[in-house]
Amino acid sequence: MSESIKPAIIEMRDVNVATMRDDSRTVVECVNWSVMPGEFWVVGGQQHAGKSDLLMLAAGLMSPATGSSRVFGVETELLGEDQLAERRRIGFVFQGGRLFNRLTVAENVALPVRYQKDLRSTDAAKVVNHLLELLELTTFVDVTPGNMPGNWRLRVALARALILKPELLLLDNPFSGLGARHRQWLLRFLDQLWRGHAWLEGRPLTMVVTTDDLRPWESPARKFALLHEKTFVCLGSWGETTTNHHPAVRELLADAADTNY
Amino acid sequence: MQANLTKAYALANAQLLRSAPLPKSYTDFLGRKLFLFLLTLQGLGAFALITLGVILRKYGVAANVVHPRIRQEIARSGVALLPMFLFVALALGFLIVGQTVSALAKVGATEYLGSTMVIVVVRELGPLLAAMLVLARVGTANVIELGTARALGEIEALEALGIDPVHYLIMPRVIGMALGIFSLTVYLIIGALVSGYLFAFMQGAPMTPGDYFTQITEAMNWLDFALLALKALSFGFFIAIVTCYHGLAQPLRLEDVSRVAVRAVSQGVIVCVMIDAFFILLYVFS
Repeated sequence: MSESIKPAIIEMRDVNVATMRDDSRTVVECVNWSVMPGEFWVVGGQQHAGKSDLLMLAAGLMSPATGSSRVFGVETELLGEDQLAERRRIGFVFQGGRLFNRLTVAENVALPVRYQKDLRSTDAAKVVNHLLELLELTTFVDVTPGNMPGNWRLRVALARALILKPELLLLDNPFSGLGARHRQWLLRFLDQLWRGHAWLEGRPLTMVVTTDDLRPWESPARKFALLHEKTFVCLGSWGETTTNHHPAVRELLADAADTNY
Repeated sequence: MQANLTKAYALANAQLLRSAPLPKSYTDFLGRKLFLFLLTLQGLGAFALITLGVILRKYGVAANVVHPRIRQEIARSGVALLPMFLFVALALGFLIVGQTVSALAKVGATEYLGSTMVIVVVRELGPLLAAMLVLARVGTANVIELGTARALGEIEALEALGIDPVHYLIMPRVIGMALGIFSLTVYLIIGALVSGYLFAFMQGAPMTPGDYFTQITEAMNWLDFALLALKALSFGFFIAIVTCYHGLAQPLRLEDVSRVAVRAVSQGVIVCVMIDAFFILLYVFS
């Protein structure tokens, strides 16, 4: 028993999740879930199942209605200014990107690193340009998000989330509105990040992704969970997921089967 | 940072009350209006204190990002409005000062000119007009920009990046608007007094420029300068608070933004009048 047990990165115990807009309305009940370092979780669920709210709760952007939710060992209720170091360890990619429309792509990506490290734009330019090259965004450097193709906005959001080199990356329905080529690119890039990308000095990245299509995420190394009718169910590996007879799981797999990737 | 906005959300729960069915009696209606007014006042007060706290604690934080934003806001609420204020100063000089000077000259009461100008232009019209114009031009833009950002989820995105929205979005606007209104008030008063004399001179008022400005400076004391500065800064601070509160502190949908902008401007006018009344009391009792 000499091997030390790694602490969970995300740990939820008996958590009820409310919505961001109305904290009196519970969308998911009694969540018990642990995300260990280096894991890649895919949380499936239909629209309005509470995927975004669960992810925002996991990131500490909202508090649980009841129960205990911890990220990097800190209660998310307490994730305020004094826990900025923990906040920097989390990267969050919102559905649709939620980019700052008044800033250019380069300014969007630079903002977190400039704000957190108090840098001038010229001082941040080198690291920003390097990341933009990695994500093939160099042609959009001076473009505002509203004037670029939708497929590329997610890459900008991903770059913005990666600029602080997080240890945990949360992606809310990243395939929403993406074309086939961009989906393939994203799957490959996320896989590289998860295994240890040079951008992160080869350190594996822990990831949680929400989706309404499970099939594109097929991989024996990933773990799957389901959000359905206010319940959170850990499905296990891909093999266990495909043999699960829960109607909602079948529906998520069937939906995806009808789509050409 | 999240706690800052959460406190403000909690105080902004008047939405339910607003959307409730119309009460059946006048007393219920008045009671609801009074209750809503008190809730709004409480929310605005809390938001003002939160913002003041952030300004005092975090002025130097991320200076390379936030201070350029403060300069941008000073330019937007001050420098960019100078041409409009020049026009308004000329109009004010013509409408008020020029006519007052020539009217007083006709009845031989030019010795009251200095005190009249100080009361009308320096204490009252100058600061209030500057505040109203900035409220209309920049305050409305504040509500729309922040409301749209809120509706599009940009505020949550800032929080996810560890950026305090009050520090990044509100602090520059509050400082910019306070300094902008202060500077514009000074320019407006000087412009109105100078153009007023020119119009009066063209109408043949028997006064030299030296007599005119000597009377005005003699009618002013140190308290006028101090209270004028305080009043202009208060207008700027509270207009920014009201407009930013309505744009940022409440969960919004895109379709709500225009309605909220109208409400914010109405409340901005009320707040300005209340501040003005407060300063009249200060002048009276000082």
